[in-house]
Amino acid sequence: MGQHVLLIEDEPNIAEAIRFILSRDGWRVSHLADGATALAGVRSLQPDLVILDHMLPGLSGLEILTAIRADPATTALPVMMLTAKGQGRDREAAERAGASRFMAKPFSNSEILAEVRAMMGR
Amino acid sequence: MPMSALTGTRLRERRLAAGRRQADVAAAAGVSASYLNLIEHNRRPVSGAVLDRIAAALGLDREAVSGQRDVALMDDLRTAAARAEDAGAELDRLQDFVGRYPGWAAVIASLHGRVAVLERALEALNDRMTHDPHLSQALHEVLSSLSSVRSTAAILSETADLDPDWTARFHRNLYQDSERLAAGAEALVAYLDAGTGVEEQGIAAPQEELEDWLKRRDWSFSDAELAVGAGVAALASGAARELARAHVARAAADAAVLPIEPFLAALTAAGPDPLALAARFGTDVLGVMRRLAAVPGSEAGLVLCDASGTLTFRKPASGFPLPRFGAACPLWPLYAALGRPMVPVETVVQMAGQGGLCHRIIAYCQTRYPQGLRGPELREAAMLILPAAQDAAALKIGSTCRICPRGGCPARREPSILTETA
Repeated sequence: MGQHVLLIEDEPNIAEAIRFILSRDGWRVSHLADGATALAGVRSLQPDLVILDHMLPGLSGLEILTAIRADPATTALPVMMLTAKGQGRDREAAERAGASRFMAKPFSNSEILAEVRAMMGR
Repeated sequence: MPMSALTGTRLRERRLAAGRRQADVAAAAGVSASYLNLIEHNRRPVSGAVLDRIAAALGLDREAVSGQRDVALMDDLRTAAARAEDAGAELDRLQDFVGRYPGWAAVIASLHGRVAVLERALEALNDRMTHDPHLSQALHEVLSSLSSVRSTAAILSETADLDPDWTARFHRNLYQDSERLAAGAEALVAYLDAGTGVEEQGIAAPQEELEDWLKRRDWSFSDAELAVGAGVAALASGAARELARAHVARAAADAAVLPIEPFLAALTAAGPDPLALAARFGTDVLGVMRRLAAVPGSEAGLVLCDASGTLTFRKPASGFPLPRFGAACPLWPLYAALGRPMVPVETVVQMAGQGGLCHRIIAYCQTRYPQGLRGPELREAAMLILPAAQDAAALKIGSTCRICPRGGCPARREPSILTETA
């Protein structure tokens, strides 16, 4: 079975598209749509990589990222943040909080696939 | 009326511009041609009566040739030169320049004024783009929909062996997202098109709506207006009406303890000293500061903030631009007062980008405990903005970092868009 990607994204259609393209590329994909349950999900699912939307209900992507980096068990976990183009401040804040990579919406499928592969050394 | 040192030069320029011979103008003015020649070369002072006659001979009024009209123009040009220090404008030749080329001088002053207006507009737009939650939400909605459309469309067009169920599913998603994208784009365009009508469309922040309403009323209410609620119902949004009701209630309470005639008499006697006036009327200092900014015709600016430093009220003063939302200059005396409740702060400040214009600032912070001993302490600070003479020792401040051109400021939070070095 392929490596495990946890997608935390509240937009169902974006999540469905990302799940589809990653699954076809051989990745095992889990999906969570709510910021409030995301931290528990990161701990229990133990993914190899997290794709994290910046704007989430319950708990923001930035708060989740900060908590991931503060937990010794997940501090080195690769995290790709999904931000919106033009929201430079969001990106700067995520950079400070320890995001591994960024992907600005609207992204292309090939871009996100290339980034995931690069992050996992494929 | 004092004449400028270059009144003669100006007379000569005007005469030549009118195509008149020196001898003809001298004759019409009842002076000799040689005397007019000396006047025109600034070698003889010219009395008011003679100047009137020469001006009349040229078909001009005295102000046009005496240079008095140029004083304001020269002030504007000095301000323009101060904002472009690197250009090295020859300030010692300013009067000569204005006298010889009044049209070009007016063009520069006009362009400088236009730049100032555009910078204020830039400040307002920058604030809106940076801090406005409505805009941020609208952009996020559009970009998210677009992202989904792009991704889904790519799957549909690039995946040759797509299962029929998945195909149907992605077609449905595509339709949903295209609808959402259209709605989001329409909302965004409506928002950006709102312009001056933002308050009618409910897009303006309630505080902005309130301040716009107060500005149209010249920031003042008569006792009669206060007695009937000051027309708060005219405000478009419920939130703004609620803020306005609280503002009017506060203004009415201030007016009750600081009646206009005794207050103005005490103000004339004591000057704008909020502590002395508060002691004289037996009321609190912030009430006096609000009243000072709200008496009819008051040119005093007033800014209020809560314990977080968020600006909760902004009455601007001439030459002292205020940011539309929070994040003001951290050097404002308002914040010094906020950190030291009940200790008055009085400082002369020089606002960036205003040609060295200075203001006298009086700031004060009060605490209160609306839930008693065990409730939280609430702080409110006020900053009164009054005109002041130029002062080389004035504290150098700005409006907000993003549009403040001051280099090397120790309190800078973020780079400015107005300086290359930032």
